[in-house]
Amino acid sequence: MTDWLATILIVLPLVAALVVWLLPLADRAVGSLALLAALVEIGVWINAVTRFDFGRSGPQFDQQHSWFGDLGVSYHVGLYGFSLWLVGMSVVVLGAAIAYAFWTGRPRPRAYFGLMLFLTGAVVGVFSSLDLLLFYVFFEAMLIPLYVLVGVWGGAGRLTATLKFVIYTMAGSLLMLAAIVAFGLTQGTFDLASGATSDNDLIFLGFVAAFAVKAPLFPFHGWLPDAYRESSAEVAAVLSGVVSKAAGFGFLFIAIPHFPQPAHDLQWLVLALAAAGLVYGSLVAFRAPDVRGVIAYSSLAQMSLVTIGLFALNTLGTTGAVLQMVNHGLISASLFLLAGVVERRATTGDFALLGGMARGRPALATLLMTAGVIALAVPGSTAFAGEFLILAGVFSQGWGWAVAGALGIVLAAMYMLRLISAVLHGQVGSAVPDEALDLRPAELAVVAPLVALLLVLSAWPAAVTDHLTF
Amino acid sequence: MPTPNVDWFALSPSLVLLGASALCLLAAVLVPAAARKFFSASVAALGFVGAGVMAGWLFADSSQATLEVADAITRDRFGAFAQILVAGAGFLAVGISYGQRTRADHVGEYYALLTASAGGMAFLVQASDLMTLFLGLEWFSICLYVLCAIEIDAVSSLEAGLKYLVVGSFGSAVLLYGLALVYGATGELQFGAIADAIQAHGLENDGLVLAGLALIIAGLGFKASAAPFHMWTPDVYEGAPTPVTSFMSAATKTVALVLAFRVLVTAFPAESDLWELAVAVIACVSLAWGNIAALVQRNLKRMLAYSSISHAGFMLIAIAADNELGAKALLYYLIPYGAASLGAFGVVAARERELGERVTLDNIAGMGWERPLLGVSMWAFMLTFAGLPLTGGFVGKFYVFAAAYDAGMWWLVIVGVIATAISLYYYLAVVRSMYMRMPELEVRLAPVGGSPPREGLLQGTVLACTAVTIGAFFAVQPLIDLAEKAAAQLPL
Repeated sequence: MTDWLATILIVLPLVAALVVWLLPLADRAVGSLALLAALVEIGVWINAVTRFDFGRSGPQFDQQHSWFGDLGVSYHVGLYGFSLWLVGMSVVVLGAAIAYAFWTGRPRPRAYFGLMLFLTGAVVGVFSSLDLLLFYVFFEAMLIPLYVLVGVWGGAGRLTATLKFVIYTMAGSLLMLAAIVAFGLTQGTFDLASGATSDNDLIFLGFVAAFAVKAPLFPFHGWLPDAYRESSAEVAAVLSGVVSKAAGFGFLFIAIPHFPQPAHDLQWLVLALAAAGLVYGSLVAFRAPDVRGVIAYSSLAQMSLVTIGLFALNTLGTTGAVLQMVNHGLISASLFLLAGVVERRATTGDFALLGGMARGRPALATLLMTAGVIALAVPGSTAFAGEFLILAGVFSQGWGWAVAGALGIVLAAMYMLRLISAVLHGQVGSAVPDEALDLRPAELAVVAPLVALLLVLSAWPAAVTDHLTF
Repeated sequence: MPTPNVDWFALSPSLVLLGASALCLLAAVLVPAAARKFFSASVAALGFVGAGVMAGWLFADSSQATLEVADAITRDRFGAFAQILVAGAGFLAVGISYGQRTRADHVGEYYALLTASAGGMAFLVQASDLMTLFLGLEWFSICLYVLCAIEIDAVSSLEAGLKYLVVGSFGSAVLLYGLALVYGATGELQFGAIADAIQAHGLENDGLVLAGLALIIAGLGFKASAAPFHMWTPDVYEGAPTPVTSFMSAATKTVALVLAFRVLVTAFPAESDLWELAVAVIACVSLAWGNIAALVQRNLKRMLAYSSISHAGFMLIAIAADNELGAKALLYYLIPYGAASLGAFGVVAARERELGERVTLDNIAGMGWERPLLGVSMWAFMLTFAGLPLTGGFVGKFYVFAAAYDAGMWWLVIVGVIATAISLYYYLAVVRSMYMRMPELEVRLAPVGGSPPREGLLQGTVLACTAVTIGAFFAVQPLIDLAEKAAAQLPL
């Protein structure tokens, strides 16, 4: 049974997706079923945590079956300590997204919830792959449901948004495919647990290209504003909270350990891009005219910070980066869902038309405030712990990088406080009707657990940082 | 006059199809009009099943490649594999054809021609000398010329038939000239003997041989619709009746590429440096031209035609690699490609019958929601064309890239990757149309009244194509094992 846990985590949502697609269920039943599957998935993950042996390194719950033997490709999955936390964050955020969509009600629910569940399976697959080609398969499989989720259920500009999103990500991914072919055939295996290394800079850059688009890093972020603005709130939450972490995982698990020499030689390049993205993203977030713009560009900045931590190439930076990935997944999901809540009431996310929503809406104000304050890494918060580790890690590589990182953190305070005050405080905005309600119980039930998890992590960040195995 | 020993078993796939063809022709005269369509379609379907079974048996029973019938044909697994693909494509094409409103008085002939052309294809892939090569090629081509023009009421169909005839004949002439030059230089017809003669007489750089080789590559390029020999493809694919197009796109390409690989590696191993480069260049041109021209198409059949040109490019990469991995890649690639090609044209045929007009990106708007089965299937076909995971097209492209990399042609991998990135734009345009746009005006349905016809057979065929397309992704090992057995019998 234990051996099957990683496989179950991948297959369960995929089977649920098939059930939703194929059985002629009523609309309400579809949503409930999808939510149930998402909750069971979280339950399976909790079960996996309790069974996980944090005392030993190497993959656990691993399973391997040959897929096509002549090239040495296999279905090989398993979880490390760090990927366990990424999977956990993902299933929680996707569960929240499904619950939010269920409450909001989406047209064509069978297609919608099936795609959300399929996406869940693909995301978990990315974080549990121990085979390079399998990783690529899941990495691309994420794109398929996202393409439809944004393209069908998105806003007015959804067609352009999906087109940009797909062209950018596929351009990166295909370079990675070429790199995978080269790496795998040179090594004679596609297995990631084998510890094969290469010192070919070009192959390394092929991987970096894919992850730099997915994260995204400056200047590969052209798809980001459209995709985050045009998709529905819960899909934006998944995009920025979960999907971007696939890039962090890729850097951490593939690009850095399998290319030690190129990663070391080209460290300056990735760090420079990440530092530029951090400062640029923070500045644009500070000037963004709407709620989603701030969260979108802050996401660019935060993923750049995570990349800085990973490319510090030491334990301190890596630990901080993993913690910060979990943090950012929860923060950004909470913020996007709250943005969706605000947009449902005011029909806009434009700061010029918003304001004064705190009065008479204590639940909304409390949750937005808490999530925002954690996002700006106030001391004592889990984001502070993560960012501190990242800065400490990168400081040893050169104080200049740490300065850029610190600058980003200062700017984070500026754009987050601007977001909070523009939505909650000041004059009541012209688009905010007096009768707009506070969070409904269902909305509260979706967002409050995410924020509660952030508070738990703030009290005990060691839950993640002391339980990382590689 | 001595007669050669004929291995009838080796010829059985072709013979079964010829027999089915003869029965269909008889049916056109003897069976009453009311039952004619059902009878001839059933005979054709059974003929394809029979040919597939015989080819499968031939595959199992040919553990050694041997030359049969006075060394004119090769009995080997490489040919049998391609015959299975042709038989499968023909079988599915019958399913797509059945609901087509062709003229009732030509329905027997239609299936007779379909089976006869498949018989020619099955013969061609076994060819092992220049005469059987040309015979097989003309045999199936002439059947296809007529099939393209079979809807004689439709101007477009006549035009397609004529265009295909003129350009195809030109291609055949080029090929024939090449064959003649090679024969003139070496004095041999049989592929292996040509290779020996080139070796023995030191003809590696002989002008006649090289000119002949170039013309042979060009002639086969016409049939495989590889750029720059593709000019006929968009017009013919668009104008021909859609079921015929579906069969051509899957089967003609299969046999032309399989045969090209066979000729090049058995007859011209001494010139491999030259033809590898030539094929690689043609592959690049096909990828570039096919993909870029497909970007601007609104008509779905034209778009798929250009896409088929680009796929010829991908498969030529596998040929250019000139190694066992390349042979495996080519054979594997053909499975999901053929299924997706048939299926995609099947979906086009379904829409065509609903609307009674040409299918464009505009009039499939919203179709995915109205016709869930066809919509999801089209999704799968576009994904497999684009080489995205969970479809066989992904594994096929992966093998092709692996073969090119293995042969040291990493630049072909880069070209392939760029081409794939471009192709996403137009493949996803189909999905975008079907799911993300709603029809701007009420789509005018064909004047049949009420809901459009429910074509169980067509839908079943499309579903089967989807199953193969997606199944090929999961069942890579068994398929690759078969391809490996087939590839092992080539002199690589």
